[in-house]
Amino acid sequence: MKPRLWLALPLIVFGLFLLAVGWRLSSPPDPTVKSRLVGQPIPDFTLAAAVPGKAGLVSADLKDGGPRLVNLFASWCVPCLAEAPVLMDLKRRGLPIDGIAIRDASADVAEFLMKHGDPFRRIGADPQSQLQMTLGSSGVPESFIVDARGVIRYQHIGPIMPQDVPMILAEWEKAR
Amino acid sequence: MIAEVGLAALWLAAALALLQLAASLIGQRLGDARAIVVPVAVAQGALTLFAFSMLIWLFLRTDLSVELVAANSHSQKPWIYKLAGTWGNHEGSMLLWVTVLALAGAALAMLERRLPEKALQAALGAQSALALGFFAFLLLASNPFARLNPAPPEGQGLNPLLQDPGLAFHPPTLYIGYVGLSVAFSLAVGALVTRDVGPALARAMRPWVLGAWVLLTIGIVAGSYWAYYELGWGGWWFWDPVENASLMPWLAATALLHSINVLAARGGLRTWTIMLAVVAFSMSMVGTFLVRSGILTSVHSFAVDPTRGSFILALLTIYIGGALALFALRVGTVREGARFDLVSREGALVANNLILSVILGTVFVGTLYPLFVEAATGEKISVGPPYFNAVTGPLTLALALLLFLGPLLNWRRDGRPNMRRIALPLIVTAGVFVASFALQPAMSALTRLGLSVAAGLAVASFLPLVGRKLRQTPLANWGMVISHLGVAVTMAGAAADTAFTQERLAAARPGETLQLGPWSVLFLGVDPVAGPNWTAVEGHLSATRGGATLRLDPQSRFFSDPQTETNEAAIDTLWDGQLYTVLGRAEPDGRWQLRLWWKPLVTLLWLGGALIALGGLLALIGRLLRDRRQRVRAEEAFG
Repeated sequence: MKPRLWLALPLIVFGLFLLAVGWRLSSPPDPTVKSRLVGQPIPDFTLAAAVPGKAGLVSADLKDGGPRLVNLFASWCVPCLAEAPVLMDLKRRGLPIDGIAIRDASADVAEFLMKHGDPFRRIGADPQSQLQMTLGSSGVPESFIVDARGVIRYQHIGPIMPQDVPMILAEWEKAR
Repeated sequence: MIAEVGLAALWLAAALALLQLAASLIGQRLGDARAIVVPVAVAQGALTLFAFSMLIWLFLRTDLSVELVAANSHSQKPWIYKLAGTWGNHEGSMLLWVTVLALAGAALAMLERRLPEKALQAALGAQSALALGFFAFLLLASNPFARLNPAPPEGQGLNPLLQDPGLAFHPPTLYIGYVGLSVAFSLAVGALVTRDVGPALARAMRPWVLGAWVLLTIGIVAGSYWAYYELGWGGWWFWDPVENASLMPWLAATALLHSINVLAARGGLRTWTIMLAVVAFSMSMVGTFLVRSGILTSVHSFAVDPTRGSFILALLTIYIGGALALFALRVGTVREGARFDLVSREGALVANNLILSVILGTVFVGTLYPLFVEAATGEKISVGPPYFNAVTGPLTLALALLLFLGPLLNWRRDGRPNMRRIALPLIVTAGVFVASFALQPAMSALTRLGLSVAAGLAVASFLPLVGRKLRQTPLANWGMVISHLGVAVTMAGAAADTAFTQERLAAARPGETLQLGPWSVLFLGVDPVAGPNWTAVEGHLSATRGGATLRLDPQSRFFSDPQTETNEAAIDTLWDGQLYTVLGRAEPDGRWQLRLWWKPLVTLLWLGGALIALGGLLALIGRLLRDRRQRVRAEEAFG
């Protein structure tokens, strides 16, 4: 009896299905939008102080001294809660961090810092998300590593989780 | 305590599935193991049902110390949504899936008496192998009974779109339909293992396929209506991957339903029927995977859970790959059935099967094409309704035309079919085609043909009854007639919706009147209203046509847990169509956005769907009654 190849056709179709689906599972879609500013100098801006007793943030602040992390956060942002202890850890490891509070009220920011720790040297207020848009950031939290000359070297979308810490520190080293 | 008891029952059921699989494997070598396999299958079904009842109980009590309840329920919810919340989430719906699978296995073990013992034993083995994998998935990757410590003070609520009576019934019917096909799959695998494919197998399989198909039909029709009124877009089918996931098993089951009759009546189409039985449930599993892994719908989120996705994919590889490989290797040794001519009842059913398979292939390719393209080239594309409509529309027309003649042909050969019998439906088709130009000059050719063929088919579907004594006509034939009439009615509804719908989108001040086709709609104003767990702005509309006046009160609802807005469309059903109204947002100048549709004859869509399901139900009852009569007669003859 001659082999009937078409009998294996459903199996072949299923094999193709498995290949495509397996590929998707192993490389999930990447819906994030990378900022075009990576590699560019940070735009000029002036942000007022977000909380009393702590300096606001001006673009000139980022252009002197060593590389640092600029963290966009908000007291209303739930993933920021998860990120807060990681930022404290990064601060303990010597990474200077400046904050930008997005669409937030002064009292809420102060309460957030009291509850979850304050890793920031300066915090600027961005009440209308204007700077956030300029930076090409699509949400909070988001972080940028800015080198000593004020050039954006790295963008991290979403909360920095404990497993991201070595990578952030490495990027910081590279920006020196 | 309830959660732990439920979890223990689930573990026990999984152990029983393993025992059942082992016993039927050993029985395959040593002889009859049904004395073990049958009671074990029944106990497994009972334990799984018990575990599912425990989860329902937890949801009804809103036991927030259970993670699943805390994440998907809320104490301030009406009880019906607490109940529906049980399966309105990943873990609960998978438990429902497995419960249906285990119950189907138990029912097969208790009720099936026609099959040879070896074949039944093999089928129950296959069923337990299926159950085992999905038990493992639940217990290892999706435990519905996991505890949360400490318990939160309040639950996170259920997605408001899902807070609808539709959700209480739509998923269970769909799931019973999906998973009911597992029995056909297991019977086919059992037949391949024992190399015994014949009319007895078809007769054993037929009630299962019919029952699953009826529920799948009801589930899809209900889901379509739910999307129609709940989403507030006025559409009834969107070719969304999740919809396609339910359509593909239905198409395969519909083809199977027809080919199984050839096998039962004439012993033909053996290879093909076995393949369809395997493919139908495979499509159920593929559909479940596509929906549960979020692989196709998750363009905007990270909803793909790689562990769960990979787990189900591994199960699919084993079950579908295994069954298809067994098919490719074994089916060549199956004895061929009776031959038939091209023009014959069998020939028409083969044509039906080919068209249904092409539609199935079209939907399958269209649904997965974006994935294939991105895997091959990295380019992101999407496949939308234009593709699906362009391909499935003409194929459905061809299928409907085939229905004019097919049921009238003789079995085996029909050398010179009497074409005069279908003269009347053809005249009706031509008449409606001509009349449609007068009624509505601007209409696409496909829509016009759809209307005409639907009208002709409505007449043609009754022809198999002509010349028969109606009181002696078997119930199964009545079922066929009603289902085919349902196809005509659904087609008419779909074509009428495309051809005649009138839409109006306007911003109106209270006191303004809008014209919409034959209706003038007066916007009276808005009022705030409150429900048990929502507040809403309710618009008041008064629609008049001729002397008749209707009141419509569409709402825009705000849910607090979780915060969401939904539109509750106000729909009034009249004998000749539906008036569909949606209240949108307020504009700064005090006007309100209103969206109005007048949809003549659109109700035929779901009425037709209900007729299709009713026909299937009648056929099922007819077959079961006849089987019973035959068994009683046989017992009397021997007794």
